[in-house]
Amino acid sequence: MRSTPFDLLFNPRGIVVAGASTHPGKFGFVALHNVLAGGFSGRVFATNPEKPTILGVEALASVDEVPQGAADLVMVCTPPQACPDILRSAAERGIGAAFITSGGFRESGAGGAQAEERLIELAHSLGMVVAGPNGQGLISTPAQLAAQIVAPIPPPGPIAVASQSGNLVSAFMNYAAQSGVGISRAVSAGNAAMVGVVDYLGWFSEDPFTKAMAAYVEGVDDGPRFAAAIREAAESKPVVLVKGGTTPRGAQAAASHTGALATDDRVFDGMVRQSGAVRAATIEEAYDAVAAFATQPLPAGPRTLVLSSAGGWGVIAADAVSNSNLELIPLPADLEAAIDGLVPPRWSRGNPIDLAGGESRDTIPQAINLVADHPEIDAVIYLGMGIQANTASHLRSGPFFKSADLARICEYHERQDGRFAQAAAEASSRTGKPILAATELAVTQPGNAGPATMGAEGHYCFPSADRAVRALHHLWWHARWRKRHLG
Amino acid sequence: MRLWPAQQYRVVSGSRSEPTRRRQIAWAGMVALSEFESKQLLANHGVEVSRDKLAKSVEAAVEAAAEIRGPVAVKLCGPSLAHKSERGLVRLGLDTPEGVRSAAEDLLALSTEDDGEVTLLVSEMVVGHRELIAGVVHSEQFGAALMLGLGGVLAEAVGEAVFRLLPVTEADCRDMIDDLGFSALLAPLRGEPAVNQDALVATLLGLAQAGCEDGIEAIDVNPLVIRDGRPVAVDGLVVMSSP
Repeated sequence: MRSTPFDLLFNPRGIVVAGASTHPGKFGFVALHNVLAGGFSGRVFATNPEKPTILGVEALASVDEVPQGAADLVMVCTPPQACPDILRSAAERGIGAAFITSGGFRESGAGGAQAEERLIELAHSLGMVVAGPNGQGLISTPAQLAAQIVAPIPPPGPIAVASQSGNLVSAFMNYAAQSGVGISRAVSAGNAAMVGVVDYLGWFSEDPFTKAMAAYVEGVDDGPRFAAAIREAAESKPVVLVKGGTTPRGAQAAASHTGALATDDRVFDGMVRQSGAVRAATIEEAYDAVAAFATQPLPAGPRTLVLSSAGGWGVIAADAVSNSNLELIPLPADLEAAIDGLVPPRWSRGNPIDLAGGESRDTIPQAINLVADHPEIDAVIYLGMGIQANTASHLRSGPFFKSADLARICEYHERQDGRFAQAAAEASSRTGKPILAATELAVTQPGNAGPATMGAEGHYCFPSADRAVRALHHLWWHARWRKRHLG
Repeated sequence: MRLWPAQQYRVVSGSRSEPTRRRQIAWAGMVALSEFESKQLLANHGVEVSRDKLAKSVEAAVEAAAEIRGPVAVKLCGPSLAHKSERGLVRLGLDTPEGVRSAAEDLLALSTEDDGEVTLLVSEMVVGHRELIAGVVHSEQFGAALMLGLGGVLAEAVGEAVFRLLPVTEADCRDMIDDLGFSALLAPLRGEPAVNQDALVATLLGLAQAGCEDGIEAIDVNPLVIRDGRPVAVDGLVVMSSP
């Protein structure tokens, strides 16, 4: 089943940490620590010429001692000059892939660039795939593989990440750890001497564990090839791109107005849009978008309804919808009549629907179902989840919890917010429409029953109404692209 | 491959056997076609352009204006005259023979040695409140790209422009119009009908087709005026790699 070099990198039979260290401050220690802590499903080897026992693993003197055919991947944490011999030994032991974390290559100057070229030539001659060098490592949660020299080990999930900056791989994974919408594969491309960001995206797009992809890029070597690869990946699965280094460069063609307007960034932006990928301005926006793509159905149209039990948040969400590619539709008359039957007459009677505190035990699940089922509504922003559980948390920590016998009401509040989260998730699955829930409690009180239940349902709870609207904007943009370009 | 008749070259700038008459404008190894040649080339790709007549003399300009009828613009025309309005080489809204005559005399007097062989271009006035800019540019990183933006004299200052790499599809062109994000600009405006989006898409596809021709390095249409809802190229510049 190991049909591609990427299978060797992301689903190896065994892994060798070359240059494992006894010193907890060294990358060679952290790498082995992470492989073991991640609970890798295959065999784990370590090399160190002194042959110490590190974290319970008896180190081999060199890669030459790895049993033939026991490993597919060597993670190299040595100085750069040791890399060629490690590759030769690895190839001889049947290891087909290397992730080289070592620095001192192209990023360090002309001498390093030459060493990198020679190393890649060697890898080609050995028939090996080399990721990096100068990368942080890779994550592959289906294999429980955490082959990286930094934190964190993210929860498993539907999002794949490829990045020219290792630090931003960590950033995506930190968001994943916090929100609960986890990672399938993640890789820091490093110097990308043999394998670049778009190559990884190509493999992710065929990976059954991945539903959506995020990528960070700075430089692009081969523009037309990059554009074609992004297009191919985006046709298969949503791609969210962040581009670093967008400061406008001088116009190349001062003689024409068109030329003066053709900054690198505008042309890059057009290329991304033409390819069907989504471009985010920040890592935060990119994570919101990729988490939405990975956990929500695509909307069939732009008609959006805001359902709120949280007053001002509903107004802010409506403003954000108006400033997006989405449509804040007038409240359909039949829906107005139906909501009227649920709550006292003081509710907003418009879009946003603000229930104005008039809800009783079953009102919110009923309202969620009513709006989700309505044929003129393509997408829903749901706000106000977590308010009751937050009150419960406040009562629990207050001075009267025991004396006033508040346990029952607290449990009721918490149960209710859990029900609301479930109702939103179920209505989305049942109708095939995106229902994006948002509350700042997702960040300020992640244990709150609302956001916690969302996470348990595999859904992303957005940290604010406007961030949810921005993500929905990206969903509709990509959905419309699919309709227009793929038919 | 070229899609326009070779003799159209001779009208302004001599035959292709005299490439030295074509002046380099901004890039090494590239030459600009005159406005007249540029618009003829674009018209051959289905882009609607203003009705234009070339005149080699003041009298010929007066006659051309009479044939066009209605108010005209008179411009100095030649391959090295890329930024005419900056140099005051455009006279607009001339509706009498005297006005045309005096404008033509002024413009010829303003031409310099550096302008090379020049002539007068008499064009119908194209009236519309909305001005777009469109064209083709070669990006170092991604190759040829089609552009659409808000046009007119403020085009560069406003800086609203969107791009797609060539070749483009009709769907790409529709995306570009959406990306500009000015639905109010496309709706009925001050007595003018809504912009005919199919016509705008056809214009973009025509520019893209022209941009795919061998030897064409850049195309600049500014302004692309919306007249009765349809885009009309009022000024155009085509830059070729020098032969």
